[in-house]
Amino acid sequence: MKELLSGNEAIARGAYECGVRFAAGYPGTPSTEIMEAFATYEGVYAEWAPNEKVAMEVGIGAALAGARVMVVMKHVGVNVAADPLFTVSYTGISGALVVVSADDPSLHSSQNEQDNRNYAKFMKIPMLEPSDSQEAKEFIKLAFEISERFDTPVFLRSTTRVSHSKSVVTLEAPKTMEDRTAIRFDAEKYVMVPMNARKRRVEVEKRMRLLEAFAESFPENRMEINDPEVGIITAGMPYHYAKDVFPNYSYVKLGMVHPLPVGLIREFASRVRKLYALEELDPFIEEQVRALGIEVTGKAIFPYTNEFDPGIVERAIIGHDKILRALPERQLPLRPPNLCPGCPHRGLFYVLGRLKVFISGDIGCYTLSFMKPLDGLHSCICMGASIGMAHGMSKALGEKGRGKVVGVIGDSTFLHSGITPLLNMAYNHSDALIVICDNLTTAMTGMQEHPATGFTLQGEKTMGVDLAKLVRALGIKSVRLVDPYDLKKTRTVLKEELAKPGPSVVISRRACVLFKREKLPPGKPLRVDPEKCTGCRLCLGLGCPPIAWKKLVDPSGDQKKEGKKQQGIAVIDLNICSGCGLCQQLCKSGAIVEQM
Amino acid sequence: MDTKGILIAGVGGQGILLASDILCRVMMAADLDVKKSEVHGMAQRGGCVTSHVRYGQKVYSPIARKNDVDILVSFEKMDTLRYLDFLKPEGTIIINTEELYPPDVNLGDAVYPEDIIESVRQLFGIVKVVDATGLAVRAGNIRAVNTVLLGTLSSCLPLPLELWETVLRNAFSPKLLEANLKAFQLGRAV
Repeated sequence: MKELLSGNEAIARGAYECGVRFAAGYPGTPSTEIMEAFATYEGVYAEWAPNEKVAMEVGIGAALAGARVMVVMKHVGVNVAADPLFTVSYTGISGALVVVSADDPSLHSSQNEQDNRNYAKFMKIPMLEPSDSQEAKEFIKLAFEISERFDTPVFLRSTTRVSHSKSVVTLEAPKTMEDRTAIRFDAEKYVMVPMNARKRRVEVEKRMRLLEAFAESFPENRMEINDPEVGIITAGMPYHYAKDVFPNYSYVKLGMVHPLPVGLIREFASRVRKLYALEELDPFIEEQVRALGIEVTGKAIFPYTNEFDPGIVERAIIGHDKILRALPERQLPLRPPNLCPGCPHRGLFYVLGRLKVFISGDIGCYTLSFMKPLDGLHSCICMGASIGMAHGMSKALGEKGRGKVVGVIGDSTFLHSGITPLLNMAYNHSDALIVICDNLTTAMTGMQEHPATGFTLQGEKTMGVDLAKLVRALGIKSVRLVDPYDLKKTRTVLKEELAKPGPSVVISRRACVLFKREKLPPGKPLRVDPEKCTGCRLCLGLGCPPIAWKKLVDPSGDQKKEGKKQQGIAVIDLNICSGCGLCQQLCKSGAIVEQM
Repeated sequence: MDTKGILIAGVGGQGILLASDILCRVMMAADLDVKKSEVHGMAQRGGCVTSHVRYGQKVYSPIARKNDVDILVSFEKMDTLRYLDFLKPEGTIIINTEELYPPDVNLGDAVYPEDIIESVRQLFGIVKVVDATGLAVRAGNIRAVNTVLLGTLSSCLPLPLELWETVLRNAFSPKLLEANLKAFQLGRAV
């Protein structure tokens, strides 16, 4: 049977087909749909862990018990999970363990563009890289075979373009595997104290030599000899970009990007006249090929940054693209992503942005509030960083920073990696204010459950941690709750908490406006009464998508009000207004009213 | 058959991804190889969304290079102008007349261009202008803008109508089907 699947859906399907029944992960674009799709298959266990490190450790535990386990995360998630990963590379596993790393060239939805192939080399873990959905399904199976055969964790690397493209996949019947889970004792292999780890360290190198030999005969490391004039070594999606524009060149298409098949590459190099290494981001293949003493062209012509497309590949190799005609250049207003109409973050960040404080931000939808006109966020580094950074900044500023430093963090991000830094704030007598933007879900990645939502990934009811109690238990004495739809109250509470010495936490709670389960009944769309609007532009400061400025054609005419020349009025698009009422609270002339 | 390309573009929330999914399933029903590509994530929050669909006997890249797209379906009027350089000179353009203002236009810091349709017509021969929102309302569901535009797209492709109808019947719940079939027909008649 043929089905149209995204790369992510195909990875989930492949894992299911080859008998994997256990997976853990933390949501993160572009990886999220792998866990969501896997969780729907019959007879599987799948969980969202609070962060990638926990997911990794859950996976290692299950694999040590003999299970075949998939652990899923985005590229920066591997940073969080790196600590256990470096060492499970030494211990190996009893079952099978595949870590899916979904990289994000072009930073479509990420804070950096790191190339996680480097982790494979750094951690001495083999890595496979599929180029489309059919390969995604096949390669996850191969990854599990390699994991079992060589007693090693295996990486499967995807990129946004592979994860989020859809192509035709042939489905197969799922295999049922015999249950091989059992308690097995092997302290020498699994207790990584120096005396044991030194022995395992040697085993890692032995394993790498075996994997290098295996790579030579691995059928997904494929040589296609066509025109011997040009040879391209590539892997993943760039293979398709190149085939699209240069179908007749010769190729080595690598299914395994670590370790490289050195013999195969040497042979290919001897059979083609001009050799290219075509890869997005780092010169990972290129440098290794050059280290073999083979002349190869890579980053001299291909960009280091951003994902490629067929046009970039064509231009780099032939010096130009076949552009038949150039169209007139035209400057258009940009269309950046924005907080949704009715987003609960808007009210909070409108107030915060006007308090003249430094707002140490974090990863989530609310990061978008750094933009004009909200200007409500001044730094963002990684998941959980807001709290530690706010504390550090407040300590460094001393008296100058009194009541001037705020850290903001979402509910899911707080549970991911905000708890320990908040404990640190209580422990080290911090003076900063932390605001938890609690929208009752992991909104950014599409409403995933977390330990405070009351549900698991597979829809089972469970405990939901009480954030206020948790924060108090960490030693924070002043904890307040506000509704960010109430601007006045939010402002008052924030000001009071900023004025207090010592650390405090404000929980700004309202469900994400797109979250159907928790959302309160929507308000009625609002409109602007043009007779009453004075054109003060206060409502425009919210940056709310339905509110637009309409210039008056003749500002000096009869639209003159109170002796001042009015330049324009605000208008509200009723089709997208959520009726949250924030603009109504700001309007001093009572011009914003319900639709008739 | 060489690989052909369709580019669907617009703004997050307009139903672009569902439209390109339906298009792919029609291509599969016609026994063609097909790939599509879009980027999720940040783009959903009112940002630009594009979906490339490429089909033929054997498709490699899911995204097209510039000057290589046969049909551009633009769900938002101004955003048509962002993607013109993807089109072949003899390419077809379908434009929805809906205007969605980006933040700078809302704030009065930038102007929404007024000469969009005329300037596109000066550059390309086949331009179909569709009031997809109006037709969706007429069909009984304002959210069926994407199905209206699929209807217009179907009139530009040499594929039997039955294939489209079969795929549409599978794509929508019984509650939504009638309005969407109507929307498709209204779009196809443009």
